[in-house]
Order: sequence, then structure tokens, then C-alpha cells
Amino acid sequence: MRASVIVAAVLCLAAAGAAMSAQKTANVKPAALDRLMKDGFKSAAPDWQARLVQDETQKVCSSTRNNPSPQVAQALRRREKAQIVYPADGVFMGDWKTGEALAQSGYGLRYTDYPPRQETGGNCYACHQLDKSEVSYGTLGPSLVAYGKVRNFGAPFEKAVYEHIYNPQASQPCGSMPRFGTNKVLTIEQIRHLVAYVMSPESPVNK
Amino acid sequence: MSLRNVLVVLMLALCVGVGMPRAGAQDDNAIERELERYRTMLKDDPWSNPALLDAEKGEAIWKEKRGPKDVSLEACDLGKGAGVVDGAFAELPRYFKDANRVMDAETRLVWCMETLQGLPRAEILKRPVSKANQQGTDLEALTTFLAVKSQGRKLDAPQGHPKEREAIALGEAAFYRRQGPMDFACATCHGETGRRIRLQPLPHFAKPEEAQKYMGEWPAYRVSQGTVMTMQHRLADCFWQMRLPLVDYGSDLTVALSAYLAAQARGGDITAPTIKR
Repeated sequence: MRASVIVAAVLCLAAAGAAMSAQKTANVKPAALDRLMKDGFKSAAPDWQARLVQDETQKVCSSTRNNPSPQVAQALRRREKAQIVYPADGVFMGDWKTGEALAQSGYGLRYTDYPPRQETGGNCYACHQLDKSEVSYGTLGPSLVAYGKVRNFGAPFEKAVYEHIYNPQASQPCGSMPRFGTNKVLTIEQIRHLVAYVMSPESPVNK
Repeated sequence: MSLRNVLVVLMLALCVGVGMPRAGAQDDNAIERELERYRTMLKDDPWSNPALLDAEKGEAIWKEKRGPKDVSLEACDLGKGAGVVDGAFAELPRYFKDANRVMDAETRLVWCMETLQGLPRAEILKRPVSKANQQGTDLEALTTFLAVKSQGRKLDAPQGHPKEREAIALGEAAFYRRQGPMDFACATCHGETGRRIRLQPLPHFAKPEEAQKYMGEWPAYRVSQGTVMTMQHRLADCFWQMRLPLVDYGSDLTVALSAYLAAQARGGDITAPTIKR
């Protein structure tokens, strides 16, 4: 009896604590945050300031801290899926060697990268393990070692990888990975090279 | 090998690493090993920390009569009363009534240079932070000086004033805001424990113990840059990585982020200036 009272009291306190910590962060109006961001980059050129303006997906993912309700997630997935542009010839595989260079390169789109001195990279190694002989890899994303091999180099996976690089939010709403195609970070051609790097039997990723 | 020699080797190693587009993992590991060795040697001889030269320079600037009003910064109120330097850095950012805003150490220094010494704002902010291998700036030196004067204390930024609570809340919201061509928020990289970019470990700022360790380490001497890096500069570097524009030095945004991070890190030891790659 006494134990259950203590348990109830503890649970009650825990619930109150959770409510308080949630409350602590809830009282910022989106407009106030937008203003803070805008004012923080006052000296930036207008085309650069435009990068601070959020699209619907960025808004939803920010306000829900990447945890949208099932309905919102479904709408988001559908909206992002519609953004994917496919190669006109239906071929998803490019050149894995070019893909490797793109996976290594973090160049591009930073304010020190203008005028561009080289093409924009995908910077895949910042977050993923790929070729296991490259030990300088990040761990924000899953390891992609032998990605194609463990899938028996199945053709449907070529398309799936292409879609995932082009717009990962079409399958993972509010996931961390950038929408490389939709956000015009990489071109269709570049994404195909990356697909080959992940999916080609000749690629060191699958050796 | 003397400390100075280790530092030279380290800088050479980093130059090689920076110069090559595909910085091999072996280079990275070698750099990490050298850095660790250097940090160990520093523990035996703390005076060999190059950032202490900046702190000394900062103290000299603090005491020097400058500007149209020909006064020193010694009357600057850093939050604990005019002229009180000891422990002031530990209690920043905080709300300042005279400026009617929350300020961090760097923003407050700019304020004092402007109001006390009468220096034009444009001149103060002409070069607030240094680029790689440039000479350190006055603001970097002054900030390092203030940090050294709080060494060994706990991070203890006040949260009592409504403006302080507002800054912390705004900073937290900004931390989770996704934007730009990469869809990044601060939380994208700093929202989980044990993650890294390439080989660089990333602090998870929602975890007090990680925030405490990390926030107490700045300003830090960066061997790859050859200069001290302040928190304002560190945040600008994050925005650069996020493919956002150059953030305004001392803006309400960077102060709010600092206020949020300081709140997360409350109680952490101030170990600054530390050595980073």
C-alpha cells in the first residue's frame, strides 16, 4: 500500500517534470524566430538571405523536432516524392569513379566557394562509411559498406538509391539527410555517379 | 622533442592535411596522436599554451587608454560591476540594463569599446575574428583574457531576467530550425551522442554533461589556424558548414545560441583556453 503511494507520487513528479521541460521550450513564436534569423544575417546579400526562408517541409520538421504526426508525415512524403525528377533515359547508374570523387568532396555552396572553383561535392563520407579502406568517415548516417553487394546488385535498388539521394524525405520524413536533388545541390548526372558508387559491382564500396 | 617542435610538426601535418583534397585517414590519425601528445605536454607546462600569449595581449589592450575618449576598458561593466573581471566570463551571456539586451563576452566588449572609449562601431567590427594564419584580433585577445580570468570556475550564466529566459528559448528554437540547401539545423549534427563528421566527434548539446565539457573549452587555440577561436567565430563556422551566409558578429542570433548552450552547460568547468585541431 505504502509502496504504491510512493510509486504514484514518483510518477506524478516525473510527469510534472516532463510537462515543465516541454513548457520551457514551447513559447517561441515562429515569427519571432524568423525575425531572429533574419536579423542575424543582416549584412548578407538578398540572394543569400533567401536561404534562411524555410519551405513547408523544413517548417514542419523544425516545429515538430523531426517528429511529425503520421498524417503530416504522409502528406510530407507525398509532397517530396512528387519533387523527384528522374533521368530522361531511365538509367540510374553513372560512373562509380566520378561518384567516388563526389562522395569525398565537401566543396560547394559555402560563402567561400564563390565563384566556384570546382564542382559541388556530395560529401557522403562526412556522414557515411562507404569504401571500408577509407577510415575517415562520419557516423551521422548508417554505414553503406557493401550496400549493393548485400542486395545482390538488384536493379530496383538502383532506382531506390537514386530516389534516396535525390530526395530522402520522400521515404524518411524529417530525416537528417539533405535533399540533394530537390534542393539543387547535385545534378541528375552527379546523383547517377553516386548511385554507381554505391551499387556497381566494380565499386570499392562493394569489394 | 620540445613543445615548440611538436607544435611545428603538428602545423606541418595539418598543412599537408589541408592541402590535399583527399586528406587520408592516416594523416588524420597522425594529427590526432600529435595533438594528444601536445595536450599531455601542456598539462606538464600550462604556460606553453599559445593562447596565453593572446590572453596577455588582451590584458594589455584592456588596460590601454584608447579611442577618442582616451580611456582604458578597466571601467567596463561585464555584469559584476564596473571593472570586475574575475569570474565575469563565467556569468555570461547575461542581460545588461544599459544596453537593454542580453550580451555575451564579445558583444559586451564591443559595447564597452563603443560607449566607454568612443571607438566607431565600424572600426571595432572591421576584423572581429582572424582568418587562418593571420594575426589574432583585439577582440580575440580580450575575450581570451576574460576567459583566463574565469579559469577553474563553473559556467553560471544567469537565467533570472525575462530577457535571459527569452534569449535561451529563442536560442533553443534556433538550434532546432532547419533551413538552407542542406536542410540542416544545429541539431542535425549535435542532436545525438557519439556521432562524428569524418573523424571529428560531435558534442550532443541536449546532454548537459556533453555541453558542460564542450562549452567550458572556448575560446580555444586552433592549431590548424594558428590563432585563437572565440565562440562567436565557432558559431559562424557552423553556419558556414550549413551553407548559410556569414552571420553577423554579436547578433542577437549568435548571442541567443550562446545563451542556450550556456544554459545547457551550466555547472561545467571553465578550462579555456584549450587546444583544438
